[in-house]
Amino acid sequence: MQISARHSDNTTIFDVTGDIDLANSPEVRKALLREVREKRTPRVVMNLSKVRYIDSSGVASLVEGLKASRDVNSRFILFGLSASAREVLQLSRLLKIFEVYDDEVQALSS
Amino acid sequence: MGQRDTKGVSLALDDGFLLKLELFSDPKLLTVVRGALERLTEVFGFSPPDRRSVTRAVDEALTNIMRHCYNGRTDQPIEVYCKRVRPRTSQGADGLEILLCDQGPAVDPSKLRGRRLDEIKPGGLGLHFIRQSMDTVEYQRVGSTNQFRLVKYLQPSKQSCSS
Repeated sequence: MQISARHSDNTTIFDVTGDIDLANSPEVRKALLREVREKRTPRVVMNLSKVRYIDSSGVASLVEGLKASRDVNSRFILFGLSASAREVLQLSRLLKIFEVYDDEVQALSS
Repeated sequence: MGQRDTKGVSLALDDGFLLKLELFSDPKLLTVVRGALERLTEVFGFSPPDRRSVTRAVDEALTNIMRHCYNGRTDQPIEVYCKRVRPRTSQGADGLEILLCDQGPAVDPSKLRGRRLDEIKPGGLGLHFIRQSMDTVEYQRVGSTNQFRLVKYLQPSKQSCSS
């Protein structure tokens, strides 16, 4: 898995490539929490269009990012969910609590 | 009597044996197992959503073994056996049984229920995913081995021609 960040205005976009599982979800969690809690970026966006698989530890990292953003009144947005990623968020009944968009244009214009 | 391995599990073709994987408890190997399960479930005849379900369940079960049975140690043994099982009913279709074996301490069955989902909090989702994904989820302790047995049945109309 690879994670990189793009910054513009008050937004950081994380581009994630590969599977998010037990081997690398701590890296995702760390990047998210640093951006939300330490840098206090007003809008953090996760580009998941190149993520084929997310396991429960990856979902837990996203939930931590969401909770941290709520704590500091910032926004946490997901876009480009694969069928597998959408399924795990549905199974965990979390799909509706995230701000989810189909693509980057929609996510940034929201 | 057909060939059996050290755990007493039959490796005979006529007992439905398909595949055995032996791995260390290293999370970096999860992607390898997922790759194998994706191909096996495809060959077995599962639909794309069911392939993802089985792969997800096995991945989550292995994750639980690595985290909770082996406490994050990456050098402990895990075995994964896959076999074809007969239908539950005369109208049913065959199923894929996956047996995961580890040598960690015995698991408290009361901790295998998973948590409620009415709270938004990280963690505790793996068991929920496993139970949602599979038709049968069982645990038993055999000697010094934890055995997690997962079964998913084909939809009757989707049974593979190769069975």
